[in-house]
Amino acid sequence: MSLVLAAALRKELLLQWKTRTQFMAVFVFGATSLLLFSFAVGPNSEALRLYSAGFLWLGLLLSSTLTLAESYHAEMENRALEGLLLLPSDPRALYYGKAIANWFQLALLGVGLVPVMVVLYDAGTTDLLRLLAIILLGTAGLSAPGTLYAAMTSQARAKQTLLPLLLFPLIVPALLASVKATSLVILGDPMHQLPSWISLLTAFDAIYWSLCGLLFGRVVEE
Amino acid sequence: MQDTLAIDAQNLARRYGRRWALADVSLRIPHGRVVMVAGRNGSGKSTLFRILSTAIRPDHGSASVLGFDLVKQRYDIRKDVALLSHYSYLYESLTAAENLQVTASHRGMSTKGLQEILDRVGLGHRANDAVHTFSAGMRKRLSFARVLLQQPRIVLLDEPYGQLDPEGFALVDEVVHELVSFGVTVLIATHQLERGGRLADDAYVLEQGRLIWSGDAKECPSC
Repeated sequence: MSLVLAAALRKELLLQWKTRTQFMAVFVFGATSLLLFSFAVGPNSEALRLYSAGFLWLGLLLSSTLTLAESYHAEMENRALEGLLLLPSDPRALYYGKAIANWFQLALLGVGLVPVMVVLYDAGTTDLLRLLAIILLGTAGLSAPGTLYAAMTSQARAKQTLLPLLLFPLIVPALLASVKATSLVILGDPMHQLPSWISLLTAFDAIYWSLCGLLFGRVVEE
Repeated sequence: MQDTLAIDAQNLARRYGRRWALADVSLRIPHGRVVMVAGRNGSGKSTLFRILSTAIRPDHGSASVLGFDLVKQRYDIRKDVALLSHYSYLYESLTAAENLQVTASHRGMSTKGLQEILDRVGLGHRANDAVHTFSAGMRKRLSFARVLLQQPRIVLLDEPYGQLDPEGFALVDEVVHELVSFGVTVLIATHQLERGGRLADDAYVLEQGRLIWSGDAKECPSC
């Protein structure tokens, strides 16, 4: 499986590189979302800072649906995914290759949106390593179920609507933990709650990554 | 039976919604034969090939491909069966060489010798061009290269002549002869009945999902 996983990951990264303009478009979409959230709150710098973590993760969540749905566009265009399954390739390896590549892209997007958040909401932090760790864990929680659900909806006509409808309820625990943890890093953590939220996030990530890998074969195989 | 037959299928059937695309089709295909599957559009040829390649499951019937059960041992069948489908299975944004690299690496094969295969199908000079710049015929050639790369024991060619120029026709014939000389079993679904009939040892004729004739390709009534 490890050889196929490496091959699948290499292919995914190559496809992402070839369609990197799409990534730029998603980044602009995410940054625009953050800007629009700031309009909703108004010129209240304290409130902006208070809700900055929530806005960051909402921006990331909305952008993720575009990234995740797009990751199956190339697979469905000429039924390339079916071609890989018939080679044969282990569906779990194909899933993990795609999920890791999506994770990488979402994490990059998250890191890219942090400066936008700092500029728009004045929500900076010196604890960048912890923030990076939370972004990595949080985007892992988006990527694993997102990759599975994007596969499920990739052949549906209303995939752009179906994907968020299915995905958003499932990732509420991971999203909540990500927002809380990010908020504690930005606003301070006098009660030392951060480790608990990170543990919760890690636990949900472990569940998502193990369960979705097992279910992927049933989703893509007839 | 497992030693003498490459494909032994009984009463295969498949429906899409209420319509039976394939009904009660049985095949017995020995190793190393070239078999033509003929029939009009919608007669069930592609469905049959998709079932035999394990891309889809039959709703009824059973089959053994290279001695493996069609439903329970799909993974084993896939190791030795290659399908040239009417889907190209190609990534549009990747180059011809990169597409073959993806196939080779997913099969755990060496990525050396890909240029040779591209030369073989007449695409050597376009190895580094993205597939989205290719014509339909060139895509077909690249899909054909993808099939050859897999080194299968059974090849299912669904409309291999479609979109190809006369040079491409000759290439398909040449490669089929070559495959058979290596003991590969080749099934061809085609509208080019005369050409397919010349190439094939045996023929099966489908109509509205049912098998209406089988026998020596030279005696095929529709060919």
